[in-house]
Amino acid sequence: MSGPARPQQQRIGSRTAARMGPMTSSPGPIAELDVDALIDDPSQRIIVCCGSGGVGKTTTSAAIALRAAERGRKVVVLTIDPARRLAQSMGIEALDNTPRPVPGVRPNGSGDPVGSLDAMMLDMKRTFDEVVESQASPEKASAILNNPFYIAVSSSFAGTQEYMAMEKLGQLDKDARSSGRWDLIVVDTPPSRSALDFLDAPERLSSFLDGKFMKLLLAPARGPAKLMTAGFGLVTKAVTTIVGGEVLSDMQAFVSAFDTLFGGFRQRAQRTFELLQAPGTAFLVVAAPEPDALREAAYFVERLSAERMPLAGLVVNRASSDPGGPLSAAAAMSGYEQLRDATDPTSRMTAGLLRLHADRKLIVEREARLRSRFATAHPHVRTVVLPALPSDVHDLDGLRHIGQLLGEPGQATA
Amino acid sequence: MAEATDNPLGDFPKVQLHVVTGKGGTGKSTVAASLALALASRGKTVLLCEVEGRQGIAQMFDVPPLPYEERLLARASEAGHGNLYALAIDAESALLEYLAMYYRLGRAGKALDRFGVIDFATTIAPGVRDVLLTGKVYEAAQRNSRNRGARTYDAIVLDAPPTGRITQFLNVNNELAGLAKVGPIKTQADTVTTLLRSTRTAIHLVTVLEEMPVQETADGVTELSAAGMPVGGVIVNMVRPQDLDADAREALLDGTVDPRAIGKVLGTTGIKAPMRLVPTLVAEGRDHAERRRLEDSQRALVDKIGVPTYELPQLAGGADLAGLYELAAALIDQGLA
Repeated sequence: MSGPARPQQQRIGSRTAARMGPMTSSPGPIAELDVDALIDDPSQRIIVCCGSGGVGKTTTSAAIALRAAERGRKVVVLTIDPARRLAQSMGIEALDNTPRPVPGVRPNGSGDPVGSLDAMMLDMKRTFDEVVESQASPEKASAILNNPFYIAVSSSFAGTQEYMAMEKLGQLDKDARSSGRWDLIVVDTPPSRSALDFLDAPERLSSFLDGKFMKLLLAPARGPAKLMTAGFGLVTKAVTTIVGGEVLSDMQAFVSAFDTLFGGFRQRAQRTFELLQAPGTAFLVVAAPEPDALREAAYFVERLSAERMPLAGLVVNRASSDPGGPLSAAAAMSGYEQLRDATDPTSRMTAGLLRLHADRKLIVEREARLRSRFATAHPHVRTVVLPALPSDVHDLDGLRHIGQLLGEPGQATA
Repeated sequence: MAEATDNPLGDFPKVQLHVVTGKGGTGKSTVAASLALALASRGKTVLLCEVEGRQGIAQMFDVPPLPYEERLLARASEAGHGNLYALAIDAESALLEYLAMYYRLGRAGKALDRFGVIDFATTIAPGVRDVLLTGKVYEAAQRNSRNRGARTYDAIVLDAPPTGRITQFLNVNNELAGLAKVGPIKTQADTVTTLLRSTRTAIHLVTVLEEMPVQETADGVTELSAAGMPVGGVIVNMVRPQDLDADAREALLDGTVDPRAIGKVLGTTGIKAPMRLVPTLVAEGRDHAERRRLEDSQRALVDKIGVPTYELPQLAGGADLAGLYELAAALIDQGLA
């Protein structure tokens, strides 16, 4: 992937320019997200996890997938760029573009029949190559696959990862429906603002394909006579001046070889888009209780709502847990200040404990304020809050624990 | 940790371009902003740049969204301080500016936009976007006669893309290879690369003391070094408070704390019902001691990376503007700026 987000609001115009949300605030208890109800619903076929980088999105996807499998679903989880640890925690040394069974899925002890879990990691170049191979004749496919411009596009262009994640989702869904191998697909999304770029994919592809630039690139192949206008001449000259004639001719070769495939691409992108709007799909927005992450979450929520994509709720990871007790931050701080210059070990320890308590209370209050601000602006978003865990996930038990926190937030934290 | 010394020039006296990267969620933007403030406090005229279209600078400094224009962010109010400016770079504006500066395209410039070429170059053409973003940073670092009257900066701080993408982002040359072998875009990429690989640049990596970010930081340093990119320091962010000494932490972990003694001390501060608070406080202390132990094991791994390290405290109130100044002071104390 070669670039993060484009300024999307400016580009899509009417669809995203306006904020989506209530006109007046209605403070009240935050509606709780019931993850178990979501994964137990057999009509739920696809769960897409989105959110900004570093909020634990991939781990959340894997934990949901495992929990669903142990509650009887036949699950495949598509991860984008998992940490090595996470891949290993699923008993797979290196994930690749093929779904592989995760060993160690077991009954959860409450009598649910055990399902199955497959995991895979998106290989965007491989996926792109496969699409080309499936759409074109062997000679044509090989011409495309060896074109320098194609090689650059398929391995680095801004948004390839998003397109290919959605392409893969489409393939998995088709496979699931025809073979019955899976009844639930859990999808992780690329770690950037462009996480929602897949929503723009069909439109962006269409506007490019129908655009004048495309016609310009195709002009030599189709015979220039009737297309050559003064504007075309100027543009060709300018492009040649800037990028050099060689790049332009590579691009032209690529576009003319690809020409007949574009229609198919557009259709596939459109189908995936419709799949995302379908009733069996649910989006989970993942965030951390930090201003940046919650701002991104708000952006996702508004964007999904504008696209009429079904939002299941918000997962807030890494929350600080309230130590409880009646001692306020201010009272603890005052005690700390009285004791901090003491020299005996017990007073020093007590001072330290009070200071920790004061800081912890402040952090908990700040996070609660951030969450309630989000809830006021987005009152319909169901939310589940997970406490920060002391260490990363190392094995299936770690994922199982997170799944439990998601499914039974009240009990697991008590 | 780097020694708190009075080295008036900081640990990177020759560096003009500070690139700040880090895994998502480690606070790289906060660190970039603090470093920019620290450098300005050292008397430098500083430009803080962002390239991801998030308007993070505007939010941190509580100012309206930044346009594609160098804006004054903090004016030096004390002798010996420098001004801090900010710039939000987007590929489209950078391309239009570049075209205006280097090619007098006139009518063709407008035609490029109308034909969707600008859009194509900034969103679809591989690598071009990164060349444009780093190219603008280069232009600000090395002002020439084409941008007449533009301000020159002693230091530029770039809030860069995350660690997972940083080598690709900075290695613009490589990204274009196989595509544009000759031509102006290639020449531009070569010039930018020369600056990015020189001793005038330092790439700093931000991490927190948790497994995944530390692993990613170590991998990032290896990757950058292999690509011939100059790694600066590792900045460990959001370090837990150090209020309990080693003996106290050990006692908490071993469960050898005397609750009555603590209750008695609490009583002397006027806190009500002290004995009933002790179990909560001790449990919190134990939890903290456990996490500190995990942090220490991660810190040992950070030290093994073999580059200078700096530590910034977790801010209980969040990284607001006051927090940024606090972090900037800590960076100066430790010699990063």
